[in-house]
Amino acid sequence: MTDFIQLLLSGTATGAIYALAALGFTLLWQASGTINFAQGEFVMLPAFMMLAFNAMGLPLLAGFALTCVIAVLVLGWGFKRGIADPLLRFGMMPIVVATLGLSIAIRNGVRAGFSAEAHPFPSLFGDKLIHVAGVTLTSADIGTLVAAVLLVAGTQAYLSRTVTGRAMQAVAQNTESATVLGINVPRMVFYTFAINALLACAAALLVTPTYLAKFDMGEGLATKAFFAAIIGGFNNSRGALLGGVIVGVSENLAAAYVSPAYKDAVALVIFMLVILFKPQGLMGKRVERKV
Amino acid sequence: MKKSLLFGLAGLALLIAVPPFLKSYGIYLFSTWLVYVIANMGLNLTVGYAGQKSLGHAAFFGIGAYTVAILMQHGVSFWIGLPTAMLGCFVIGLVLGFPALRVQTIYLAFATLGFNTAVWLVLRNEEWLTGGTFGINNIGRPELLGLSLESPLAYYYFVLGIAVVLSALMWKLLHSPWGKAFTALRDNPIRAESLGIHIQTYTLLSFAIGAVYAGIAGALFASLVQFIEPAPFAVGTSFMMYLMVVVGGPGYFFGPLLGTAVGVLLPEWLRFAQAWYLFVFGAAVVLLMLWLPDGLLSIPDRIKARRQARDASAARAANAAKLGVQA
Amino acid sequence: MNAPVLKVRDLKKSYGAIQAVGGVSFEVMPGEIFGVIGPNGSGKTTMFNSVLGQIRPDAGRIELNGEDITELSPVELNRRGVGRTFQTLQVFGKMSVRDNLIVAAQEHQGSLWSRMFAPGDSGLSAKADALIDQFRIRHVADKKAGELSYGQQKLVDIAMAFMSEPDLVLLDEPCAGVNPSLVGGISTLLKELNKTRASGKKPGSFVVIEHNMDFVMDLCHRIMVMVEGTVMAIGTPAEIRANKQVLDAYLGN
Repeated sequence: MTDFIQLLLSGTATGAIYALAALGFTLLWQASGTINFAQGEFVMLPAFMMLAFNAMGLPLLAGFALTCVIAVLVLGWGFKRGIADPLLRFGMMPIVVATLGLSIAIRNGVRAGFSAEAHPFPSLFGDKLIHVAGVTLTSADIGTLVAAVLLVAGTQAYLSRTVTGRAMQAVAQNTESATVLGINVPRMVFYTFAINALLACAAALLVTPTYLAKFDMGEGLATKAFFAAIIGGFNNSRGALLGGVIVGVSENLAAAYVSPAYKDAVALVIFMLVILFKPQGLMGKRVERKV
Repeated sequence: MKKSLLFGLAGLALLIAVPPFLKSYGIYLFSTWLVYVIANMGLNLTVGYAGQKSLGHAAFFGIGAYTVAILMQHGVSFWIGLPTAMLGCFVIGLVLGFPALRVQTIYLAFATLGFNTAVWLVLRNEEWLTGGTFGINNIGRPELLGLSLESPLAYYYFVLGIAVVLSALMWKLLHSPWGKAFTALRDNPIRAESLGIHIQTYTLLSFAIGAVYAGIAGALFASLVQFIEPAPFAVGTSFMMYLMVVVGGPGYFFGPLLGTAVGVLLPEWLRFAQAWYLFVFGAAVVLLMLWLPDGLLSIPDRIKARRQARDASAARAANAAKLGVQA
Repeated sequence: MNAPVLKVRDLKKSYGAIQAVGGVSFEVMPGEIFGVIGPNGSGKTTMFNSVLGQIRPDAGRIELNGEDITELSPVELNRRGVGRTFQTLQVFGKMSVRDNLIVAAQEHQGSLWSRMFAPGDSGLSAKADALIDQFRIRHVADKKAGELSYGQQKLVDIAMAFMSEPDLVLLDEPCAGVNPSLVGGISTLLKELNKTRASGKKPGSFVVIEHNMDFVMDLCHRIMVMVEGTVMAIGTPAEIRANKQVLDAYLGN
């Protein structure tokens, strides 16, 4: 039983990180209809940037802050102006392929320009083992879980409680009306891209210590983020945490109780069931088909 | 129509005449290119002509390849394995079409992605059937009317022949009433419904026929590379196939030819960039999309549109001058 | 006594607390042009979409030539001889005008399988050309429909509804957004199309939603006035023009 709880808790911690990537992905889709298939690389690149800063002697958090700034500029503003804005009016296909190309480029750029090896990444929380009620957790698990939950909750609060956040939500729900209301739509959309970049940086900071920094770390992460986003609710950001936790926990439980080879299968089955029977996600609102 | 036929025949002539002068790696490359062209022709029907979303095409590629390989392992001829693969892919393709009736756009894309992941998991884990990560070795090549297809050049011509036949069939299909129905389904499904077009039926068929093309390609692929394992049939390949169709030009008949050349041949030609060649490829794809969101084959249309716009403004200016007014 | 082509009995449709259509009943006779007018929000489009299978009504019965069609889908309705135009343009932009017309009737030729082997135009080129001439759009027949002007696209849209020679055609604001000089042309066309059908069948019936009063009064045999989801009056144009209730509620003085 304690094993079960342990798997549950560490799965929740991992899931919370997936939630960060899923949240950004969902926000981008809602605010601008952008499907970002390079989302995994948006996490991988900051991870390597932080490694580089660390190698230069910067303390981890300072490196993180600097990375956030660069990410907002490049993965936020640069991505929006360079790729999303020109292509969005052509439908889904060009933007999907452009982000696929971007993902290939970033992945192989890091591989060629930096290294094909896996690199250790400093942990923010240290490695202390904590024993609670017969269950053993690392300080990293707890720290990650708390940090990720705070970030997701913080983002939700920002979106629903601040003027800017509510403006962003208005843009996501109905761009035309938002414009008529005097909301600066392009700026709101930029803020969404910026938030996605920041969440990706946070995900990088939290997940890389466990999984090590490697040029291809983004691939698996992206798939899990997509699953989490859909399961939670793709047209609504409240579900990202739930979706992430479901994916993280089911992964752990499946590996232990079903088979390691099929550990991704449970999340996959849930994902397929959601898509077929409740495509708006477990917490999403029903999407009407317009006549 | 006549211009495309001319181009097609000229291209075909080159494809027949040039390979004997290539080294075996070059012949292998062109055979690979042709195999993916066949698969992408199917995807072009589903995505380009019928407007569906399919990010799981490699699953059918894999089902085709493994069906033929497993059957041949058990002594069944390629010539029975191939139609079996085609039938299996048709049925499974129909089944995959059902989510398309229930869900829209991006959700459909993810559903097909999930399907591909499921198939790949089975291919990777069910060792008793597929050999798991060890794959299936020593896949033979079929005989055609007593002629051996063992040599690279012979097999290349075999694949070329099949590609030509499949292209002709696709051409016929797209120019039949079915072709118009698919386009109607893509461009305005609500209007199509009100005109009596059974969009459900055509949606399912677009998935099924696309799947059959991928299945045939998979079967040919198995005997081409003669060793298969799950990696080429994962979601990454589906992404690449989608990329190839969109880059070539979705809904253009020769789109898959060009797009597959970009996806299969271009990375080879970029090898001079060594470790950076895939980076250059990825960047090239991004730039290509920014410049030509409708694909490479949209270039003639764009030139025509620009000329029309120029003529229109020239006509406006001439009219204005006649009236003595500022244009 | 002729049987009605379309019989609508007590149609009801609500959206939450709002009753868009609250018990609408009317009949359309063969060969009749039946107008539907009323202020915005009176439920005309909801009623239309219910008849056309786009929306499922909450209650009521709809019959086409005596057959219950209440639950049928748009595809099934089209197969039974119902055509429609849309308020917002719905042509196939990337196909030529002629192909738009061909695809509008091709599903009525043969079966799914025979269509795989049929020639590209399903033998409909002659008929399409006849309609093209009738609608006076021969000069743009080979252009992509998306490249035409708004008015020309509207004509293609209307022509598409008539390609399969339906018994009943529902037109949703055929004059919306159209240049006033074209409105007369549309009226003439509809009157021509109402006289005979090429196959020699008796003339089809039209149901027309419109806001252009002159157009409606001139074109329609009978007119139904809808206000707030119910039928206020049904009668000939003269009767409606003289109806005090209608004048007060809608037409003004």
